[in-house]
Amino acid sequence: MDERVTLYARNLVKVFHTRRGEVRAVDGLSLEVHRGETVGLIGPDGAGKTTTVRLILGLLRRTAGESGVLGYDSMRDPFAIRAATGYIAQRFALPPDLTVQENMRFFANVYGVPRHEQRDRIDRLLAFAGLLDFRSRLAGHLSGGMKKKLALACSLVHNPRVLILDEPTLGVDPVSRREFWNLLNDLRAVEGVSILVCTPYMDEAERCQRVALIAEGRLIACDSPAAIRRQVAGELLECRPSDVRRAKALVAELPGVLEVQTYGPSLHIFVDRADERRAAIVAALEAAGIRCRGMRRIIPQMEEAFISLLRRRQEREHA
Amino acid sequence: MIDLQRLRAVLRKELTQLLRDRITLLLIFMMPLLELFFFAYAVNLSVDHIPTAVCDLSLDVRSRDFIDALVASGYFDIAEYAAGEADVIAALDEGRVRAGIVIPPDFAAQVARGQGEVLIILDGSDTYSVQAAYSAATAIAQHHALDLMVEKLRRQGQTFELMPVESSVRVLYNPTLDGLIFIVPALIAMLLQILTVNLTAQSIVREWELGTIEQLLATPIRPLELILGKLLPNLIIAAVALVLIALIGFVGMGVPFRGSVLLFLFLSLLFAISGLGLGLLVSTVAHTQNEAESITSMLMLLSMLLTGFIYPREPMPAIVRLVGDLIPLTYFVRIVRGVVTRGVGLTLVWQDVAALAIYAALAMYLAARFFHLRLD
Amino acid sequence: MGLRIWAVMQKEFIQTLRDRRTLLLLLSIPIIELFLFAYAIRMNVDHLRTVVAGAEGAECYAYVQALEASGYFDVVAYVDDQAEVIRAIDGGRARVGVVFPPTFARDLQRGTAQVLILVDGSDFFPAQTAYGMAGVTAQDYGFSVMVERLERSGYDTRFLHPPLDMRMRILYNPDMSDLVFLLPGLLAMLLQTQTLVLTSAAIVRERELGTMEALLVTPIRPLELMLGKIIPNIILVILDMLLILALGTGLLRVPFRGNVLFFFAVSALYLLSGLGLGILVSSISRSQKQTQQIVMVVVLLGAILSGFIFPRYAMPKWVQMVGLLFPLTYFLGISRGVINKGIGWSVLRPSVLSIALYVLVVLGVAVVSFRRRLE
Ligand SMILES: Nc1ncnc2c1ncn2[C@@H]1O[C@H](COP(=O)(O)OP(=O)(O)O)[C@@H](O)[C@H]1O
Ligand SMILES: [Mg+2]
Repeated sequence: MDERVTLYARNLVKVFHTRRGEVRAVDGLSLEVHRGETVGLIGPDGAGKTTTVRLILGLLRRTAGESGVLGYDSMRDPFAIRAATGYIAQRFALPPDLTVQENMRFFANVYGVPRHEQRDRIDRLLAFAGLLDFRSRLAGHLSGGMKKKLALACSLVHNPRVLILDEPTLGVDPVSRREFWNLLNDLRAVEGVSILVCTPYMDEAERCQRVALIAEGRLIACDSPAAIRRQVAGELLECRPSDVRRAKALVAELPGVLEVQTYGPSLHIFVDRADERRAAIVAALEAAGIRCRGMRRIIPQMEEAFISLLRRRQEREHA
Repeated sequence: MIDLQRLRAVLRKELTQLLRDRITLLLIFMMPLLELFFFAYAVNLSVDHIPTAVCDLSLDVRSRDFIDALVASGYFDIAEYAAGEADVIAALDEGRVRAGIVIPPDFAAQVARGQGEVLIILDGSDTYSVQAAYSAATAIAQHHALDLMVEKLRRQGQTFELMPVESSVRVLYNPTLDGLIFIVPALIAMLLQILTVNLTAQSIVREWELGTIEQLLATPIRPLELILGKLLPNLIIAAVALVLIALIGFVGMGVPFRGSVLLFLFLSLLFAISGLGLGLLVSTVAHTQNEAESITSMLMLLSMLLTGFIYPREPMPAIVRLVGDLIPLTYFVRIVRGVVTRGVGLTLVWQDVAALAIYAALAMYLAARFFHLRLD
Repeated sequence: MGLRIWAVMQKEFIQTLRDRRTLLLLLSIPIIELFLFAYAIRMNVDHLRTVVAGAEGAECYAYVQALEASGYFDVVAYVDDQAEVIRAIDGGRARVGVVFPPTFARDLQRGTAQVLILVDGSDFFPAQTAYGMAGVTAQDYGFSVMVERLERSGYDTRFLHPPLDMRMRILYNPDMSDLVFLLPGLLAMLLQTQTLVLTSAAIVRERELGTMEALLVTPIRPLELMLGKIIPNIILVILDMLLILALGTGLLRVPFRGNVLFFFAVSALYLLSGLGLGILVSSISRSQKQTQQIVMVVVLLGAILSGFIFPRYAMPKWVQMVGLLFPLTYFLGISRGVINKGIGWSVLRPSVLSIALYVLVVLGVAVVSFRRRLE
């Protein structure tokens, strides 16, 4: 196996059997994370992100496929994986009735950090997470952002070589979110930690080396953010028509238009050549009595790319 | 297999959490004390001084003799005198009395003719009183009738000893048939079971409900370490509670303790372990603390009814007895009655001890087996 | 207001119905309890295992036969002496021992025979039964010996019978069925337990899981929240009650003598008291662990002090006073009165008014402390 690969999944499948029938939460997913790399697992709610990382950690029994971390198989050696991996669950899951310090101590002991190293390591991590002043506060009484930072500090207490984070910034304010990502970046760059991070936020994808877009348990694309954005065919125009719905239907029929997406009051229009088509679109809209403000060319972001890729895939399947 | 550092970490976490929540801790210790206390004073197993309405339509020597005999027995207290049978029934309807006695007019003459007849009316909506009243009244009436007959025979000149057999009944271990002696040892056992099962089930199910189990399972903690780390603090609590309630029961309430204290403590430990195992089993079935609570309160009720704690097991149908056999209290009630009340040693209760040991081992094994190692 | 309550109710309903396991538990526990009560509890013990020591001669065997004929004693072994009898009782192999003196036959001739009956006092009901029945059978046996002797001396025993006869009439429950007595109490007990458990758990759970905040930021008032959470529980509990009543009176043939409508009306009132108690418990406890401890105490003490199992008049006065803290105490008399005795409003008025007062007080205190907890 490739020396650089620290975490992998190959054709991973997980089927839940519920009362209402089978749910294919993960459906043939393949994925690799290399040393010193941050990979974003990106997809809407219910895409199967949490299920995927639980499978990789051996917290769930896989239905088919393979997965492993650092050369250990998820099903055969789950404890070896867990000893070398840090994990933050999606839901805040530290004992709420232990203090910050007690939580750190607990996880240090559980991960087998030698006694004499614990004090230094805990102090360093608390300082790193900005929690030094909150040592004796109950974990349940921390703010949302601090909870996540505490969870991060706890998951780093044994110097893991792999870090798996499930929506670590859920319910965290924008400033704390930026701080959190800075912390992650330091870890990766300075310590060479491999990081797999799940998130539904497309803007966070830009901070990853590579992103894996998934929907309905299947991989849609996996590449660097820039490369993903480049996969979107054509160029992108944005405008704010007075009647979005009618405008969308109208524009979609025009020549040179590849795809139309709505974002609230705005319309995002993919065209083969933006400069050529812009005037024609405005004219067509106005002819139909729709006023159209702020028509401009924009750079496609991850979000547009994701929706576009998802649509193309669906069209392929229907065909 | 077990890493001491990890086990210690779980132990310390559990103890910290237990000690942090002082109110819960206080409740854990107060609850058994409160229950022991009230049970001891409220449970009056041998019902006497039953409030009784008397309707004496005869008011002669014979009727007064009979009523005196009833009152002297201690079973019946005259709460009111009624003018007729209808008044007696009204008093029963309204719940003022639980028993009524109706003596017909001309009672003395009827007795002289050998045809005296007394009517006893009982409140059947209270079986407890009814049973006591029924057997008491039967025995008193029979005795009274025999006395009357013997008296008559004497007057006719029969002189030899008329009641040739006396039976003297000696109740071993509990000569005065004191309800406390019967109930306290078993109640201590019952409280110990409630405590161990509840604590264990609750502490594990809570981790599931709060979601903290996911973070724990994602660490290298082995299931056995987690289980042991959770059980040991509960065992300590159970031990402290046991000593407390045993002191109050045996010293404070003066219930005699005839056997070996050491043997009792040792067997209680075994029993506590089987309770912990049962709690663990409950936690593998229940998903929420609410469910765990439903199951444990059901268990409490079953334990009260089926284990011989209050009601004797002999008259139960075999299938119902079998359900009782699934509860560790069944074995331990027999053990405490043997070791504490009868003062016997291991040689006479070894079968139940062996059953309890097998129970504890089996419950632990099953629980460890079905303890969710994964989230699915 | 109605709309918001409806919204909370819907949420509760969906949660309850989705959680089939809890639902199943809720509905099956009362049924299991009913059947256990119906078939498991016998306070009357017969066929007590008995060992006999020193039985020699026809007189002894005649006496043993009389004991066995009573149905209360089953002789399982004949042994040599008293020590062996005590060993058998110590080991739990026998409940009762009968010890004849070596001189039994001779003493019987003289009219001074003594039999020693040893009873295992470590188990109450068998001991009580053995104690009572041993005396009665001895008397019976003595009577038959006496009659036989009178006959031998030429006395005409045809007219020899006790001059006093007793007729026993057991009102409401002529067959002395334990179930007839237990069903009304069981209903009362279940109504209290279920409402208490459901209500207290619903509120504390929401708080412990942190979903309470999400509800409190919406325009829902605390009272509406409470009502919305409580009404679905009431419906479930009422379902439980109907189920038990139907099974008890239909399948197990316990007669319902009183007015059904009156019973339902008072039950509804009584339910409110359990709910008030539940809200009170949940507003003073911080976690489900605490709620559980408190609920256990209330349930267990309620069962004991209300008169559900043991009659209240036999308790000390101050214990009776403590019993008044439980709504079950008030309702028990009503439930037994209506179902067993068939009495109604005119007789039960004081009890019904007590419950009403209790409900007012408990609900008032509960609402106040619930409000305070939220602030
Ligand atoms: N334990 C489970 N039982 C049944 N279905 C589940 C379970 N866990 C997740 N699912 C389903 O699997 C799908 C993926 O869920 P999840 O992995 O949590 O998505 P994400 O983390 O991307 O939001 C969802 O449709 C979810 O309902
Ligand atoms: Mg998720």
